[in-house]
Amino acid sequence: MEPVLGKQGLKKRLLSGTGFTPFIVRRLLTSILLVIGVTFISFTITQLVPGDPVAANLGQSAYSDPAIVAAFEKEFGLDQPVPVQYIKYLGNLLQGDFGVSLSSKRPVIEDLREYFPATLEIAAVAVFLSFFVGLFLGIVSAITRDKLPDQIIRVFSLTGVSMPAFWTALTAFYIFFFVLGWAPGTGRLEPGGEPPANVTGLFTIDALIAGDFDTFKQAFSYLLLPAMVLAIYAIGVLTRFTRASILEILGNDYVRAARAKGLPEYLVIRRHVLRPALLSIITVAGVAFASLLAGSVLVENVFSWPGLGQYAYRAAIGLDLPGIMGVSMVVATVYIFMNLLVDILYRVIDPQMKDSK
Amino acid sequence: MSLLSVKDLTVTLATGSGDAQAVRNLSFDVGHGEILGIAGESGSGKTMTALSLLGLLPYKGRASGSINFNGREILASTKREYRDLRGKEIAMIFQDPMTSLHPMLTIEVQLTEHLLHHRKVSKEAARKVALDLLATVKIPDPAAALTAHPTQFSGGMRQRIAIASALACEPKLLIADEPTTALDVTVQAGILKLLHQLRNDRKLSVMVITHDLGVLSSLTDRILIMYAGSEVESGPTSEILKNARHPYTKGLIAALPGKVKSASKNLTSIEGMPPELGNFPRGCAFHPRCIHAVDSCKNDLPGSLQISASHRIFCPVNPFLSSKEGDK
Repeated sequence: MEPVLGKQGLKKRLLSGTGFTPFIVRRLLTSILLVIGVTFISFTITQLVPGDPVAANLGQSAYSDPAIVAAFEKEFGLDQPVPVQYIKYLGNLLQGDFGVSLSSKRPVIEDLREYFPATLEIAAVAVFLSFFVGLFLGIVSAITRDKLPDQIIRVFSLTGVSMPAFWTALTAFYIFFFVLGWAPGTGRLEPGGEPPANVTGLFTIDALIAGDFDTFKQAFSYLLLPAMVLAIYAIGVLTRFTRASILEILGNDYVRAARAKGLPEYLVIRRHVLRPALLSIITVAGVAFASLLAGSVLVENVFSWPGLGQYAYRAAIGLDLPGIMGVSMVVATVYIFMNLLVDILYRVIDPQMKDSK
Repeated sequence: MSLLSVKDLTVTLATGSGDAQAVRNLSFDVGHGEILGIAGESGSGKTMTALSLLGLLPYKGRASGSINFNGREILASTKREYRDLRGKEIAMIFQDPMTSLHPMLTIEVQLTEHLLHHRKVSKEAARKVALDLLATVKIPDPAAALTAHPTQFSGGMRQRIAIASALACEPKLLIADEPTTALDVTVQAGILKLLHQLRNDRKLSVMVITHDLGVLSSLTDRILIMYAGSEVESGPTSEILKNARHPYTKGLIAALPGKVKSASKNLTSIEGMPPELGNFPRGCAFHPRCIHAVDSCKNDLPGSLQISASHRIFCPVNPFLSSKEGDK
């Protein structure tokens, strides 16, 4: 999988060494190859799906006028052969040009810049929530195996993974907004609310940078419920996986040996069980977190959250190929980044682990 | 007074098809500085006996009877009392040093963590103890070994490290569960020699569990033979090996490869299979495989019969046969 580069010592060391830096360099190179692969596959798929983007984006009368159709096709490069379109797309991509959205008529990169931070904000809170809650519940569940806490947690985690996201979103919105009135409502801020000066696009962070605590509190209260709903699935997955993983490790001889030493149980769990269990838990966590983006499509629509999920939904409905490609690229990059992060964490948790090439 | 005195120990385990007794009314003693060997086939309850001493029975397992250790009844201990006992008073080493040492922790952590916990010594003091222990168990370059991980050692070396770890808090009793089974034959003798030496140097009591009578013959002072969770025969090692009385023990000894006198004579074996947990036969559990079994063996639990002051068997039939007649 590794490209053979020159014979210079540094390059050689970076590509075949077993240290930490060569490992990162190698993983980054494979990640770039993966991203290119993703562009190819998603481009092919958008070409294969039945549906005419021209028909989807022009009105009925405009569509019946061949001159308008030809002009539309020329403007968006749809008159070129597909391989040419792909090569051009790749070339533009390298310059940070994701093309122009067929539906918003704006550069896709600008759309992504506007919508991605909103999704990133709820996804980050959801990741944080689900990792710690999932890990905690999984540990409690495993060490109280078959007792009451375990039974309760198992019911909840099973419910979490079985309930469809749109249903939990609607139910949560109904209960916490209409019935209890705890949640503030839809959107990122109250109607007419002034967003903080744009630095990161994350309203909470931007509000903190601007020193505006009222806006921070407001932005945070608006994102909490969608983030929690988004986190439910990942909490369920992580709780169940953590429990199974810990129970498996608990059956190992080295855990029995640790107990035979008379160590207190928290030390046995923390030192002897959790460390090896974490290796497999973060693998699942990486995938579960990346899949939060898929869940965001439904959750964002229910909460009118102006994020990537809503954008992806509109792009898909409108057969907006550059828009769809742009979203795919972001999602794919997040997946690849998550996997990279997991691989790096492996080596942090178990420094003995050497990269098998 | 013995260091360890077990009376009527019964261990019940939860199996897929209900509760099953893995150990039944077992009684034995281990004296100060004595090496007791417990032998039997897989599933005869040897390991469960050992684990019940430490309160480490598997999930949903429970023990009844009496275990007196160093003048104190320990079977009904609380979790906390058990923790104070484990590692500190009674240490255990396990069958497979490949899996009983933690693959992700350094040797230093594994040698000192219980010392730090039980004895509240400083890290430096614990490291010094660990270095001494590694030297005692003959690990070359103890200082380098401390920072290494178990994967960097061979099986024999790992078992030595496991023994060193067991000795860290200077326990009175060491339980060795199949200490040589997972090792190459060439390194087995070294481990046995080490255990023997530790007993002599440290007045350590050792309980060795094995299915290998060959291991016991060179190491132990006394042997207890188990079958289907019960004792069938016990006595001084030399007497058991020379003058076994129970048909099962005789079978085991006859099956030792060393007993094959010429190449033409095949290895002898005991007909049949040991019974499975939860499916032990009524009466004497060995009767379906016993060539001497009579009707009463099928229904009555065999009582103990003293052959000599320290040698007893659980068989109502065989004492009336001479040892020659029992050999076939």
